[in-house]
Amino acid sequence: MSFISGRRTGQRGTRRFTRRDLVVLGVLLGIPVLLDIAIVWGPTLASVALSFTSWDGIGDIKWVGTRNYANLFTNYPQFWPAARHNLLWLGFLGLVAAPFGLLLAVLIDKGVRFSRFYQSTLYMPVVLSLAVVGFIAQLIFSRDQGALNAIVGDTRTPTDWLGDPDLNIWMILLAAAWRHTGYVMILYLAGLKAVDPSLKEAAAIDGASETQTFFRIVFPTLRPVNVIVGVITVIESLRAFDIVYAVNHGRNGLELLSVLVTDNIIGEASRIGFGSAIAVVLLAVSLGFVVTYLVQELRGEKNR
Amino acid sequence: MSRRSLLRGAAVGAGAVTLPALLTACGSGPGGDGKTITLGSNSSDPVPKKAFAEAFSAYAAQSDGRKVKVNTVDHNTFQENINRYLQGKPDDVFMWFAGNRMQFFAEKGLLHDISDNWHGYKGFSAALKAQSSGADGKQYLTPYYYYPWAVFHRKSLFTERGYQAPKTLDEYVALAKQMKKDKLDPIAFCDKDGWPAMGTFDYINMRTNGYEFHKSLMAGEEAWTDKRVREVFDTWRRLLPYCQQGANGRTWQEAATSLQKRDAGMAVFGLPHPGAQFSKTEQGDLDFFPFPVINPEHGQDAVEAPIDGFLLAKKSKNLKNKKSLESAKDLLKWLATGKAEDIYLKSDPNNIAVNDQADTSQYSALQKKAVDLVSGAKQISQFMDRDTRPDFSSTVMIPAIQKFISSPNDVDGLVNDIERQKKSIFTSD
Repeated sequence: MSFISGRRTGQRGTRRFTRRDLVVLGVLLGIPVLLDIAIVWGPTLASVALSFTSWDGIGDIKWVGTRNYANLFTNYPQFWPAARHNLLWLGFLGLVAAPFGLLLAVLIDKGVRFSRFYQSTLYMPVVLSLAVVGFIAQLIFSRDQGALNAIVGDTRTPTDWLGDPDLNIWMILLAAAWRHTGYVMILYLAGLKAVDPSLKEAAAIDGASETQTFFRIVFPTLRPVNVIVGVITVIESLRAFDIVYAVNHGRNGLELLSVLVTDNIIGEASRIGFGSAIAVVLLAVSLGFVVTYLVQELRGEKNR
Repeated sequence: MSRRSLLRGAAVGAGAVTLPALLTACGSGPGGDGKTITLGSNSSDPVPKKAFAEAFSAYAAQSDGRKVKVNTVDHNTFQENINRYLQGKPDDVFMWFAGNRMQFFAEKGLLHDISDNWHGYKGFSAALKAQSSGADGKQYLTPYYYYPWAVFHRKSLFTERGYQAPKTLDEYVALAKQMKKDKLDPIAFCDKDGWPAMGTFDYINMRTNGYEFHKSLMAGEEAWTDKRVREVFDTWRRLLPYCQQGANGRTWQEAATSLQKRDAGMAVFGLPHPGAQFSKTEQGDLDFFPFPVINPEHGQDAVEAPIDGFLLAKKSKNLKNKKSLESAKDLLKWLATGKAEDIYLKSDPNNIAVNDQADTSQYSALQKKAVDLVSGAKQISQFMDRDTRPDFSSTVMIPAIQKFISSPNDVDGLVNDIERQKKSIFTSD
């Protein structure tokens, strides 16, 4: 109680904020808040609202209740594959590409020969946009004119790497992982550089093997980087779009939720209500990850 | 069409769709000078772009003081933004397609009625007029050219091997068998972009069940589970073993290249597709035959020949001015003449004029043959994505046909899937 009254008297006595300060604060805080509402919350809420309507972008907006959702879950053959592919994407980047990036980072950090060369080569794809990675993937995997089939030399029954719906998602995941690995590697490299060498020395004196040192000492100190990598992996997997769109518009085995949203909303199709319903599903999935992450972080904060 | 990248599309789209509209909006103010017409063009490929530029400058030269200001937008981007474009600040005149895809916008009141222009038009067939009319019977489109679909092949390959153009489906299959024996891919086939295989569906359906059935199927009035539709897929399945494998991973450019390289014997295409892929010296070697007869009752009556043309945008501010409207209509009148089409086709020989007064003496042999094909047609269809609702063709039919190509055996499951989705889309408004 005394604290509060103390602050009050303090405010009354020497005004901590002048009028000008308030204006500056108001502008500096207000504009971002307004922008946030206008370009993040506004569209989000609009999408949720539109997902209960039927609208072709020109005529009247009609309420249809949950019909879009019912349609989506039971009557849209692309939906479940798309949801599965999004999860597969997450699993592949998280369990294959990210650990592989860590491995490369550790190897380079140990100072293998030509490590600078490896470092820049592996990092190179990160500067390319995923759409460009998609075009490169087509040059390699195209059935008739691709490099891979030319190397394999099978001209009688060439494998249709990008056209076969059982196969193409893996090829695209490889291409996406190519980029993601470099990204993860550079993050871990930075993290490894920051690990206090005396920790490793202490472990060595205690007689820990190299593997033990890594898993018991180094890896736990990398926790902040692990969190960043985890967040990036989730974001990359859920927003994956450009690479499949560049390859075949996200059809025939490469369906992703983001593509279905685009397919229905952008373009002449203009099933805006239906597309919004897919977007809301994607939002719900993302929120699941975001909330889990925030809860974990806040808990960690308390424990620290 | 779909070879353009998303990247480029997005960049061009953001700038090109909004910028010109903004510029025209502030540049000349409401009304403008009444003599300059802005025109939204989707002809972003170099050949047609140049050909259109020639046509418009010819117009400017013969009209007194009237000018056309062209705003070209990447083809795909134009298509994807057409909704917003027409509702926002469209150009006065814009390029678009005939048939259902035009009628949709006419119904929404986004197009100018140009029936009075049509009273003066000469040289257009009744089929053309029908394709340029809305559901209300008024005309909205001034057609400019079209390009028929047929089965294309190399003349020299056919004479070399002694192949005969087949007339019926059985002969077609027999020819394909022979080609397979000769170590060729009988039919070049592609559907990576999602639309090229639609042409094959359209033809098999029209040959099997006739144009009227095709039209009502596309209008959502027939059930896809009908046994007549199953028959179409069954016939298609009979042809699939002779089609190039891996179609879902191949673009039309790659398929046309395999035809050009003599790896494949034939291909169902529109005139500009192999036309653009064959080099100048090989153009003369390109030939076609109409899609073979399946049911003698319908023969080869119907021809698939998408029509492109010019329309007036209702929301254009400029057209509120009487003088500008007059100028815009004058431009359409000129574009509707055979002479105007000649100027265009001189630079882009991969299409044919719609006006029967156009000068066909300059045509290549192939173009002449195309004219005969279209003028002999009892019915003209547009193309699946122009004959039905865009939301149905792009979100249902593209994935469905791709699925059929990769696993052709479950026709029942396929048509049930299509029918269920069709019901939900066609009853959504």
